[in-house]
Amino acid sequence: MTTRTRTAGRRPIARPLQYLALAAYMCFLAFPLVFLLTTAFKTPRELRSPDAGLLPQQLNLDNFTSAIDKADLYTAAGNSLLVAVTTTAVVTAVSLPAAYALVRFRTRLRAFATGWILVSQVFPFILIIIPLFLLLKDIGLVNTLLGLVLVYAVWALPFSLWMLQGYVAAIPVELEEAGAVDGAGRLKTLVKIVLPLLAPGLVATSLFTFINSWNEFFFALVLIQDPEMQTLPLALARFVGAEGQVQLGQLAAAALLACLPSLVFFLLIQKRLTAGLLSGAVKG
Amino acid sequence: MTALAPPLETPKPQRRRRSRGGRDAWPLVLPALLPVMLFSVYPLVYGVLLGFTDAEAGLGVETRFNGLENYVELAGNGLFWNSFKIGLVWACSVTVLQFLASLGLALLLNLDLRLRWLARTLALIPWAMPPVIIAIMWQLMLNPNYGPVNRTMDALGLPGGINWLGEASIALPVVIVVGVWAGMPQTTVTLLAGLQAVPAELGEAAAIDGASTWRRFWHVTLPALRPILIAITTLDLIWNFNSFALVFVLTAGGPGGTTMLPSLFAYNEAFRYGNFGYAAAMGNVMVVLIGAFLFFYLRGQMRRRLQ
Repeated sequence: MTTRTRTAGRRPIARPLQYLALAAYMCFLAFPLVFLLTTAFKTPRELRSPDAGLLPQQLNLDNFTSAIDKADLYTAAGNSLLVAVTTTAVVTAVSLPAAYALVRFRTRLRAFATGWILVSQVFPFILIIIPLFLLLKDIGLVNTLLGLVLVYAVWALPFSLWMLQGYVAAIPVELEEAGAVDGAGRLKTLVKIVLPLLAPGLVATSLFTFINSWNEFFFALVLIQDPEMQTLPLALARFVGAEGQVQLGQLAAAALLACLPSLVFFLLIQKRLTAGLLSGAVKG
Repeated sequence: MTALAPPLETPKPQRRRRSRGGRDAWPLVLPALLPVMLFSVYPLVYGVLLGFTDAEAGLGVETRFNGLENYVELAGNGLFWNSFKIGLVWACSVTVLQFLASLGLALLLNLDLRLRWLARTLALIPWAMPPVIIAIMWQLMLNPNYGPVNRTMDALGLPGGINWLGEASIALPVVIVVGVWAGMPQTTVTLLAGLQAVPAELGEAAAIDGASTWRRFWHVTLPALRPILIAITTLDLIWNFNSFALVFVLTAGGPGGTTMLPSLFAYNEAFRYGNFGYAAAMGNVMVVLIGAFLFFYLRGQMRRRLQ
């Protein structure tokens, strides 16, 4: 029980005000989402009529089908999925052993990883994207999904490392030592003892990487010009500029489809994600 | 990249296998370190150096160092400084408003109110949404003819037909509101975590001493929250100053350049006009000025903490 609750008991006026404030927040946060959802199901005529309500008259899926055709959402979604999954796999595979090593062996690299996260946040992207563009051009990776994976992986790595080392640090060394005493080899200790304990943190970290790659826009905007190679955020941004201003329903449908995967993932693991992120952040 | 606030804490002493030293660590760390060095440390250094050259896009264009020429030219570039000013207004407003709104929400979520789970979930959703989609959603919301914002204003008898994103006098404040909406989840979650870490006994003791809710908040909760508060506002400030996608899709810097954030300005310079060296110089100026700003902010906060 928090201290505030007690005050509310003493002064009954506080409680209704708190609910009022919470309701106001929920309106501000939820209304745009509800509106996006309902717009996606409305017919153009309904959208233009001045006295249409918030809810659509019927569940009409035309917007979704035509949005998929027009904005090349299939290709773009496929590209996005490929890039995000590959990035996540690479980043997890590389950062897991590194995070373990950084925590269990005393090295100065740990300070470097943390320092680099901070430094790389402060520098404006323009300073990184120009040389990166030139570099990738030299090795022929501009306009390829592989180039995009490379860039995303490199930018996700320090953060993934930082999160994972929080989880590794939370596992008592004694457990591993006990394993060693019982005669288990190094590798066996890692696989049988450390890995299972690390699983929740690993899920949180990799989902975080996945969502960040799925949502990324700026690097893709610069590095991908070929429409065949464009990712979902790119396809959508181009659709806004082209036809979206007139076809509001289609635009809403396309936007909704594009954030569906990360929304579903996010809601599924919502509790674990917040808990995981927090424990990763609190344990150094 | 979005992240939670790094903890401001002192490293806890931990049992480590000192005897094995760093040598065993290298093979495990190298696969992570090498790509980071090659594709982010090296480009960053390269990028800073580019700011002192006349590099341009295109094949066979010779690049040479031109010393401080870019900066002399930049100093007289009124458009850039105007954009820089817009960037500061945007970053500071979004950070402050976002912080106040998130603190209020976090305090509410820390109580045991009914429907708290729903509010928590809702508060997190914008986090899972790409900035591009948040921008599209708000374009629909603010559509002058069919958007619900103008319709509601009509229904309430307020002046209607406002082109929220198309009028120079109001575009920046409107974009700032969208920025606050988009950035609230991280700040709220971080502050909520901080609040939950404040020992309840502290507040209880103060309550027994007869301190009012407000005084307890001001003298107990807030000081306990300060490290997290500094970390998240600092990060928010950096992220907001460097943010790109949201405003790029929302207004592309318009109308009349009133929402031209420095990141958009430099992007145009580099990839529209092909002036790589000049754009990199803008990046350098941004880093130096933001670095100085953060230095003074953090130093001020540290001093207050020590007092």
